[in-house]
Amino acid sequence: MTLALDVAPVMVAYDVAHFLAGMMLVASFMLLYQDRIFAVLNTFAAQAMLLALAVAWQGYVHHHPDLFITAAMAFGLKGIVIPLALNRMVVRLGIHRDVDQAVNVASSMFLGLGLTSLALLLVLKVTPGASSFTREGLALALAVILLGFLMMITRRNAVTQIVGFMSIENGLILAATGARGMPLVVEVSVAFSVLIALFVFAVFVFRIRERFDSVEIEYLDRVRGDRRVQGDGR
Amino acid sequence: MNVSVWAIAVIPIAAGILLALIPSYRVGAIGNVLASGLTFATSLSFLAMPPVVEDYVILDSLNTFFVVLNTLVGFTTSAFSASYIGHEIETGRLTPLFVRFYHAMFQAMMAAMNIALLANNIGVMWVGLELATLITVVMVGIYRTPNALEAAWKYFILGIVGISLAFFGTILVYLAGQGVLGEGLPAMTWSKLLASAPKLDAALLNLAFIFLLVGYGTKVGLAPLHAWLPDAHAEGPTPISAVLSGLLLNVALFALLRFKMLIAAHPGALKPGPIMITIGLLSLIFAAFMLYQRRDIKRLFAYSSIEHMGLITFAFGMGGPLANFAGLLHMVMHSLTKSAIFFAVGHVAQAKGTQQLSGIRGLSVTNPGLAVGLAFGVIAISGLPPFGAFMSEFLILSSTFAREPLLALAAAFGLLVALGALLLRLQNILFGTPTGPHHKVSASSLPWMVHLSLVLVAGLYLPAAVIAWFQKAAELLG
Amino acid sequence: MASPIQSFMAQGAQMFLVLLVAPAVAGITRKVKARLTRRQGPPVVQCYRDLLKLIRKDSVLAGNASWFFRTAPYLIFAFTWVAAALVPTFASGLMFNWAADVVALIALIGAARALLALAAMDVGTSFGGIGSSREMMIASLAEPASMLVMLTVALAAGTTRLPEVAQFLISQPLEIRVSFALAFVALVMVAIAENARIPVDNPATHLELTMVHEAMVLEYSGRHLAMIEAASYLKLVLYFSLVICLFVPFGMAPLHGEPIAWAIGLAAYLTKLTLAAMALGVWEVSIAKMRVFRVSEFLGSAFIFSFLAILLAFLSREVLR
Repeated sequence: MTLALDVAPVMVAYDVAHFLAGMMLVASFMLLYQDRIFAVLNTFAAQAMLLALAVAWQGYVHHHPDLFITAAMAFGLKGIVIPLALNRMVVRLGIHRDVDQAVNVASSMFLGLGLTSLALLLVLKVTPGASSFTREGLALALAVILLGFLMMITRRNAVTQIVGFMSIENGLILAATGARGMPLVVEVSVAFSVLIALFVFAVFVFRIRERFDSVEIEYLDRVRGDRRVQGDGR
Repeated sequence: MNVSVWAIAVIPIAAGILLALIPSYRVGAIGNVLASGLTFATSLSFLAMPPVVEDYVILDSLNTFFVVLNTLVGFTTSAFSASYIGHEIETGRLTPLFVRFYHAMFQAMMAAMNIALLANNIGVMWVGLELATLITVVMVGIYRTPNALEAAWKYFILGIVGISLAFFGTILVYLAGQGVLGEGLPAMTWSKLLASAPKLDAALLNLAFIFLLVGYGTKVGLAPLHAWLPDAHAEGPTPISAVLSGLLLNVALFALLRFKMLIAAHPGALKPGPIMITIGLLSLIFAAFMLYQRRDIKRLFAYSSIEHMGLITFAFGMGGPLANFAGLLHMVMHSLTKSAIFFAVGHVAQAKGTQQLSGIRGLSVTNPGLAVGLAFGVIAISGLPPFGAFMSEFLILSSTFAREPLLALAAAFGLLVALGALLLRLQNILFGTPTGPHHKVSASSLPWMVHLSLVLVAGLYLPAAVIAWFQKAAELLG
Repeated sequence: MASPIQSFMAQGAQMFLVLLVAPAVAGITRKVKARLTRRQGPPVVQCYRDLLKLIRKDSVLAGNASWFFRTAPYLIFAFTWVAAALVPTFASGLMFNWAADVVALIALIGAARALLALAAMDVGTSFGGIGSSREMMIASLAEPASMLVMLTVALAAGTTRLPEVAQFLISQPLEIRVSFALAFVALVMVAIAENARIPVDNPATHLELTMVHEAMVLEYSGRHLAMIEAASYLKLVLYFSLVICLFVPFGMAPLHGEPIAWAIGLAAYLTKLTLAAMALGVWEVSIAKMRVFRVSEFLGSAFIFSFLAILLAFLSREVLR
């Protein structure tokens, strides 16, 4: 380690990083476990905030001030704005509050445990030479990514699939910050976050439009008129 | 610093912004063609240029080849889309506002693909592909029918899975590079990574390649991960189907090839060849059989794209100068022919008012011009002489036969199965009792005629300069 | 090194200490619950009185009860008592420290549970059967979870013997360990399920549809019931001690302690035990009992937590090595 810190602070630095990344993994499991949409959104917001803290901590420990931008983006956009937007969307569009599951919770949890073990063993086996921060970050990030995939596969609801995708992206950013000095991390995360925001917005608009098409007063009148005509015919 | 290299990305971006501001869709369509033509002209200047290697930009004979192909097909597609979109506005499937959006997105997509092709930084390459994918997702969903939204959604989900895995692979490559080249930019620069490839950590590279293969392989449409491809082709506007099949698949495969070169340069790492051969062959044979069950004409040709991407991956997996040469040649032939077919199919679907194969019959009676175009296209894509695809397929098979006769037989089997399916469908489309409403379509036949005549010329005679150029690119692939 | 006699004495003291405090712990929890629901509640010593009364009474046996039904309560009591006496409470360096192994502990608890489940089915009433089957369902999830929790801590300490684990934890500087936090949550959940507390089971009711533990002991009376009740008090103390030993062992007297250290250890242990009993009371009044069908989900998440805990512990061990 090239850090100008003595042993104890390094341990503290590692402990905090480990704690934050570990809690992100726990949040991933909680995402898999939840069966209510609002709970899913809240858990996601919590995960994004943990990510922001983890990234900020990496920036602080390794003196990479550019990481603070990434952290701020994660916190503001994914911790607050997007969950709120999705929340509004669910309320306004009257989407089912229960999450439709293709695989029941118990099996998906056990699959998740299997994937997590796989991710940890794989990364530990492949990266014996890397620094402890990197191995740690990479292993947990891969676990978070795989759990995100699992969530996208096992949930049929569009909102939860978006959340699954964004939790994959949380994992990717964690991995990227774990690999030290990786350039473009900031740019990539900014580009990514903006695109997600755009996407959420696009879906939002599309669905709204659909909804307006179907609740248009003219349309309703026509439907009713048809029915009355049918009734008269009988 | 090379102006024309940057111009190839800057022109489409600027054009995209301009097109977003132009309210008239007619002017927009013309602007789209002009911008694409300008990009193509710029790319032609690459042919005369020495290789460029900078921190962010690389230009070697391999990607020169891809860029020229990319911009050419982009140019002709924009010409086709001008006539196609006019019809869509008349029938009211699209509003002028959406067409404005469409033109801006078209240019943005071209820019993103060019960035991916020219990037020397593996992160930038990833960003380019990611952008291109997300833009095509939006374009696929542009009709906003339930089917289109579903297709876009499926594409989005699978595309995201692929792109995330590829990003993770990219991080692993960076980590491998970090050990040798130190922290920061050099460890993400492809040319520097390649130069120090033998010193990189083999285990990291292996894992990275698996992630990249699955990740970018999803975009290429290779067999177990192809599910998005037929839907996206069928539900989006036809120019986008042409661009997807003709270009985006190529760009994704190009990214994969870059990493294949990297891992092949490491003596202790895993051999990428057998893996690519297996996946390629699997896609080829699987897609060939799937061709028989299609009911939708665009889905039919989408599966044919999976088949051909499988064959190309197979060829690159075999490796060696001859197979690489054949793979590159087949890539060109496939891009040109498949986009020509989609041009024809777009107008056919407009003329018949449906994409269902059962609704498209007796085309030779109702629209003889389109029928001829489609017939030539299908004959060309099935690998029949005298078209160029025959030559490339023949080269792939003969070079494989010299080394692994059994594999050559398997590939030939897949190709024959596909040939049967395509000719069977073609017969049903061309002949029989004419069906469907006959909309008047003002089809411009120029784009597909240009493509098919290029393919025909390539089948009859390849100039020595072109062969030399292909050989140089093939050599780079190793 | 403490002399053999000293450590023997200490072991004996611990053995009777847990037996002595067990009814009081249950009494404190009951009292807290009562006061929080604005009732006077029975005095803390009520549990002692109940036990004494039960011991003095004759036990009524069903006509078809076998010898097993009669001997099981004593065996259950014995197993639970031994297990509770093995967990280090106020000091380490006791006579039978070598036996205070997590695997042995889980085996003892499991044996007591198996005996109870068998005894419940002995008479052949339907309640006994329901209780046994539910108890086994809970056990199948709770046992692996508790095993994993203890192994998580053991992995960090490098040994599976509880006194050494506790000593190791005391000697370490205070650290933030996400694996310990998860293991703690998992162990608390398991403890709630194992001791038939709310929300898994309600010790205060005899509602046929939901009860688990009470259904199994419905046929017991008199001194047999006293044994079983005492065993369940002991089990509660056992789990409290386990949580204290694994997660907050501070204050515990070291291997060769002075009498003053032992006194401090004892005071610390009793304080922590009282606090834990009060916390349990607060927890029980602030949450509703869940349906039996949800119990597997509750324990499943305990299992997930413990599995994650051990994975993370393994990860940081490998990474820091």
